[in-house]
Amino acid sequence: MHEWALAEGVISTATRVAGEQGIQKITEINVGIGDLQQIEHDIFLFALEQLRTPNIKDAKFTLQAIKGKLNCRVCGEEWEFSNRDMDEETSEAIHFVPEMAHVYIKCPSCESPDFEVLEGRGVILASISGVKEDS
Amino acid sequence: MASALAIRLKEQGQNVGLLDLDFTSPSSHVILGIEGLYPEEEYGIIPPMAHGLRYMSITFYSQDKPAPLRGADISDAIIELLAITRWGNLDYLIVDMPPGIGDATLDMIRLIERIRFLVVCTPSKVAYETVRKQIKLLHELNIPTIGIIENMVMKPTTYVSERAGEDNTTYLGSINYDPMLEDALGNVELLKKTEFYGSIRDLTEKIC
Ligand SMILES: [Zn+2]
Repeated sequence: MHEWALAEGVISTATRVAGEQGIQKITEINVGIGDLQQIEHDIFLFALEQLRTPNIKDAKFTLQAIKGKLNCRVCGEEWEFSNRDMDEETSEAIHFVPEMAHVYIKCPSCESPDFEVLEGRGVILASISGVKEDS
Repeated sequence: MASALAIRLKEQGQNVGLLDLDFTSPSSHVILGIEGLYPEEEYGIIPPMAHGLRYMSITFYSQDKPAPLRGADISDAIIELLAITRWGNLDYLIVDMPPGIGDATLDMIRLIERIRFLVVCTPSKVAYETVRKQIKLLHELNIPTIGIIENMVMKPTTYVSERAGEDNTTYLGSINYDPMLEDALGNVELLKKTEFYGSIRDLTEKIC
């Protein structure tokens, strides 16, 4: 499962940020999961659990789904991403590389592939909380 | 060039990966005749073996359809690919780059620590203008360049070799235009018999 690689990214980024902020023990990691990437939250959470490091040992993981919001650069149409009518191959391509949306999705109003993904592209580390050395 | 170089290094017994980062006009799958392969998913994605190379290309996901990506999207797609691809142990990762100093070049400079550039130029004043800017940028950023190779040479000329000298870059030699190359595209065994591939063999001796 490729969720593993993405979870690794979250853990290593959280660890780096904690280091920069002088946080010794991370208590909370909040992750946004963009709809475009169509990630199974259970699998992702499982990967995060397996990847716990000593300073993340007791951290609480929270995953929040973010709707895919697309905006056409040509006609201004704004719409929400849905994989309902998508075949499996297309869905999988966008799952691995969300930018493939531009290959398979067209603006519902003018059919242009030149749109912007305003929100909900993929995995983002939204925030971390923790305990600093002095406090 | 990139595909042939990767094949040659593999022939010499190296572990080689080939990554096609030319999203707008990917071509390595056509040159190497790669069809019906797909990466395996295991804690990331594992590039399939093609002619002994670990091979990765956006065409696994875009198929033969156009990928109209803007700058930031190209960057995000590159980062995504680099983040999830598990190359394993490689001696060389050859990256087939789009020409010039666009997003792919800037991202590779930013993200890949031990990158070295092999600059390919055709014997043309116009082509060299683009190459010159690229070399200047690489020099300014202290990114190592292996040198310039002149490709598709139809008649002897010293233009590129002289300019390379002026721009403090090693001129690695020229590769003649090979009319047989077109027919060999898609067939690696035929490709290896071309004069073009002979030149790649010499080049590899020089730089690796
Ligand atoms: Zn539109």
